[in-house]
Amino acid sequence: MLLGKLTLDAIPYKEPIIVAALSGAGLLGLVVLALITKFGKWGYLWKEWLTSVDHKKIGVMYIVVAMIMLLRGFADALMMRTQLALATDGHLGVFPPEHYDQIFTAHGVIMIIFMAMPFMTGLMNIVVPLQIGARDVAFPFLNSLSFWLLVSAVILVNLSLGVGNFARTGWVAYPPLSELGFSPDVGVDYYTWALQISGIGTTLTAINFLVTIIKMRAPGMKLMQMPIFTWTCTWANVLIVASFPILTGALAMLSLDRYLDFHFFTAEAGGNAMMYLNLFWAWGHPEVYILVLPAFGIFSEVISTFSGKRLFGHTSMIVASGVISVLGFMVWLHHFFTMGSGADVNAFFGIATMVISVPTGVKLFNWLFTMYQGRIRFTPPVLWTMGFMVTFSIGGMTGVLMAVPGADFVLHNSLFLIAHFHNTIIGGAVFGYLAGFSYWFPKAFGFKLNEKLGKAAFWFWQSGFMFAFIPLYILGFLGMTRRLNHTDNPAWDPWLYIACVGAVLIACGIGCQLLQIVVSIRDRKKLADVTGDPWNGHTLEWSTSSPPPFYNFAVVPHVHDIDAFTDMKEKGEAYKVPQKYAPIHMPSNTATGVYIGGFTTLLGFALIWHIWWLAIVGLVGIIGAMLARAYDNNLDYYVQPDEVEAIERAHFEQMGIDVDNYSERDADKPRRGSRPTTTA
Amino acid sequence: MRNSRPTRLLWGLSPVVTALLTGCQGGILDPKGQVAADEKSLIITATVLMLLVVIPVIVMTFLFAWKYRASNKDAIYTPKWSHSNKIEAVVWIIPIIIVSCLAVVTWNTTHKLDPYRPLDSDKKPINVQVVAMNWKWLFIYPDLNIATVNQLAFPKNVPVNFRITSDAAMNSFFIPQLGGQIYAMAGMETKLHLIANEAGTYKGMSSNYSGAGFSGMKFNAIATETPEQFDAWVQKVRAAGKSLNADAYLALAKPSENNPVAFYNMPEPRLFDAVLHKYMAGRQSLAATDDELKLAALTKRLCETPAVKE
Repeated sequence: MLLGKLTLDAIPYKEPIIVAALSGAGLLGLVVLALITKFGKWGYLWKEWLTSVDHKKIGVMYIVVAMIMLLRGFADALMMRTQLALATDGHLGVFPPEHYDQIFTAHGVIMIIFMAMPFMTGLMNIVVPLQIGARDVAFPFLNSLSFWLLVSAVILVNLSLGVGNFARTGWVAYPPLSELGFSPDVGVDYYTWALQISGIGTTLTAINFLVTIIKMRAPGMKLMQMPIFTWTCTWANVLIVASFPILTGALAMLSLDRYLDFHFFTAEAGGNAMMYLNLFWAWGHPEVYILVLPAFGIFSEVISTFSGKRLFGHTSMIVASGVISVLGFMVWLHHFFTMGSGADVNAFFGIATMVISVPTGVKLFNWLFTMYQGRIRFTPPVLWTMGFMVTFSIGGMTGVLMAVPGADFVLHNSLFLIAHFHNTIIGGAVFGYLAGFSYWFPKAFGFKLNEKLGKAAFWFWQSGFMFAFIPLYILGFLGMTRRLNHTDNPAWDPWLYIACVGAVLIACGIGCQLLQIVVSIRDRKKLADVTGDPWNGHTLEWSTSSPPPFYNFAVVPHVHDIDAFTDMKEKGEAYKVPQKYAPIHMPSNTATGVYIGGFTTLLGFALIWHIWWLAIVGLVGIIGAMLARAYDNNLDYYVQPDEVEAIERAHFEQMGIDVDNYSERDADKPRRGSRPTTTA
Repeated sequence: MRNSRPTRLLWGLSPVVTALLTGCQGGILDPKGQVAADEKSLIITATVLMLLVVIPVIVMTFLFAWKYRASNKDAIYTPKWSHSNKIEAVVWIIPIIIVSCLAVVTWNTTHKLDPYRPLDSDKKPINVQVVAMNWKWLFIYPDLNIATVNQLAFPKNVPVNFRITSDAAMNSFFIPQLGGQIYAMAGMETKLHLIANEAGTYKGMSSNYSGAGFSGMKFNAIATETPEQFDAWVQKVRAAGKSLNADAYLALAKPSENNPVAFYNMPEPRLFDAVLHKYMAGRQSLAATDDELKLAALTKRLCETPAVKE
C-alpha cells in the first residue's frame, strides 16, 4: 500500500546485462560526484549553472543532457545491431524479446525526445537571443523551468532501467498493445509520464522563444531581416505550439484508459485504437519538421559563413520553411496508408506529402547557389553540411517514394522505412546539430574545437551511416520487417553483418567527438577565440565576445541589414568603443526550476507506481514552489555601468584595442588575435 | 502502366537496378503476382523521376564545392550576390513539374492498386478470412469449410479476396512477393486482393510489431500450379483437420509463440463475423433473424474468455 505497485521484484538484479550497465553508470556517476566534491565545485555548479536563468548556460546544459542521452540511445542501437547480427538462422542472440523490445522502444524515445529535441533546444537557446540582439529570452525563469522538466523526464526514463521496466511497444506505443490488456506493467506508464513532462517543457520553451523573437529583436531588425536560423527556429516553435498539445491530449487519453478504465483507444467497449494513430502522427509528423527545420537553418548559416557570401534567396528560404511547416501538418496519414482509408484519402495525403519536397528542393538549390561563386573553407561544419546535402537528398527521395501509397504498401514497416527516417533524421537533423555544435562552440566557450578530430568524426559518421543504413534499404527490398527479434533468412545475413559494422564506425565517430572535446579543452589557449568572430561571421552573435558576457551586448546593436554584423564590419562600426555605458536590466537566478523539476520527478514516479501519497507530495510541492515564486520579489537587478565598463575593457584589450587612447578610425578592426582569413 | 512509352523506357533500367541489388530473390523486387509487379514498377518509375532532381543536386554539390574551394583564387567571387529571379524561378518550377508528374502517377496508381479493389479476372476468386492472433495467423476458407493456422494456399492465376481482422493487438498482413500489406485490427475489417501468377511458396508475415511473439508470426503462402493441386491441398486439410468449434477457437486464441502449421475442418459458421462482433458489444441485441441470433450466440461465447485480457 505504501509503495503502490513497487516491490523488490521490480529491481532486475537477476539480469546480468542490466546489473552491469547500472553498476557501470552508477560508478561513473559516483566518480563525477566525487570529483565535484574534491574540487569543491558544488557551490559553483549550483550558483552558476543549475540555478542559472542565463539562456546560454541553459543551452549548454541542454546539450550536455543531449550528449549523455546520445550515448545511452546509441548503446541501445549497438545492442540492437549486435542482436540482429547474432540472431540469424535459428540462433536467438543475446536478448530475449521481453528485453529486446524495451531496447528498441527506448532507443526511439530517447533519440527523438531526449537527444534530438534537447540538442535542438540547446542550440536555439544559445544562439537565438544572440542573433536577434537580445539580452535574454522573454521569460528567463520559464526557460529554466522547461529545462528542469526535461531533466525530470530524463530521470524517469533512465530510472526505468533499474526500477521496473520500460515500454515494450515500440516508440509509437500503439494501442491496443499499449493498453492494460496487453501491457499491464509499468513500462508504458514510464513512457507516457516521461513524454508528458518533457512535452510540457517543450511547449513552454516554444512559447518563450516565440515571444522572445517577436518582442525582443534589436531595434531596426525587421522580421524579414532576421537571420535564417532564427527564422527556422521560429517556424519550429510555431509547429511545437500547434502540435505538442495533440501529443499531450493523446497521451492523457491513453493514461485515462490505463488508470481509470476509460475506453478511448481500447479495441472493445467502443474505443478506437486507430484514433490514437491519427493523433500520435498529427503530432509525430510535425515533430520531424520541428527537428529538421532548425538544422536547415544551421546549414544555411554555415554555408553562407564559410562560403564568405550572403545566403542565396533569404526570402525564398523563409517562405520555403513556412510552406514546409504548414504542409507538415497536412500529411500525417502517410504513416498509415495501410490502415485501409481508401484510394482518394490515401492519394490526397500522398500527394500533399510529395508537395513538401518542392520547398525542400528549393532549399537545397539555394544552398548550392550560396556556394556558387563563393570561397568555401572546408571546416568541419562545412563537411557536415555537404554530407547532409548528399545524404539528405537520398533520404528525401526515399521519403517521397514512400509517400506514393502503391509503393508504401510494400515498403511500410520494412527496414526500408527504418533506413529512410534515419537517413533524414541523422543525415538531416543530427548532422545539422553537429555542424551547429562545432560552428557555435567557440561562441559558447571562447575556444575553437580541434579541426582534425572534427573531420575524423565527420568521416566516421558519414561512412558509418552509409554502412549502417544502405544495407537496411536493401533488407527492406528483401522483405525484412522492423522490430524483429531474430531472423531465419540466409539472404539477409550479409546485410545485417554490414549494418553492424556501420554501427561500430558511428561509434568511432562519437568517440572522435568526445576526444575532440577533451583535446580542445587541453589546447584551449592555442584555440582561443579572442575577437568573438572566429569564422568571419555575418550575424550579431559574432559581434560580441566569446563567450559573451552574461548580458550579451553592452550596447544593444542597431540593425540595418540581414547580415547585420557584416554590415557593421563594412561600415567600420564593428569594434567601436562606446563613450559610456548604461545600466543593464537582468533577471536574477532562481532555484525554483530545480525544485519544481524535483517535485515533478516525484509526481511522475508516484503515478507510475501508483504510490498515491507520494503523488500528493509531488503535486503539493510543485504548487508550493510556484506560489513561493509568485511571492518572490528578487526577480531582477541592474548591472551598473562601471561593471559593464570593466568587462568590456577586458574584451577590447584582449583584441588589442587601447580603450583609453581610442579614436573612431580604429573601429573597423581588432589589432591582435586570430583574424579570420579566406583560406582553409 | 506497362504499356506507356516512358514507363517502358524506365523498365529498360530495371535490370540494372535489380543487378545492383544482387540476391533480391524473395523480396519485393522479385514479384510473383500482378499486384506486386505493378508495385515494383511503380517504385522504379517514381525513383527514376526523382533521380532527375537528386542526381543533379549531388553532382552540383561536389562540382561547386570543388570549383569554389577557397584555395582556387581563379574562380569568380561575388560575396554580395544573393538573388536572381531567374534562378529562383527555375528552382521552384523544376521540382513543381516533377512533383506534378509524380502526383498524376500517384493518383492513378493509388486507385489502381487500392487494396480494396477486386482484381479483374475471369476466374472465380477464392475467399479467405484472416484473423491475426497472439501470435499466429488463422486462415478461414468459408466456402470450403476449412481453416488453417500459419499456412495459406491457392492456385496460381486465381484472385484471392482477403477479409482481415485481429483478435489481439494490431498486426499487418503481408506477403511481400505477392503485393502490399494491410493492417489487421480488432473490431475492424480490412480487405486485400492479391494474385499469384507463378507457382511457388512465398513467405508471409506480420509486419506490424504486436508484442513478444511477433518475430515468429510467419506463414507460408503456397501458390499451386494447377487447381487440382489446390483441391488436393484442401482434401489434405479436411482429412487432417480437427473441428474448429468455439472451444477449439478459444484454445487457439490463447497467446502462443512460433506455432506450427495446423489444419482445421468445419469451422464454426460465421466465425470471422463473430470475432469481429466480439469487440462491438451491444450490436447483438439488434439480431432478428435466426442467422443473426446464431451469430450473436457465438459472439457471446467467444467473449467468455476474451483473448485480450491476460
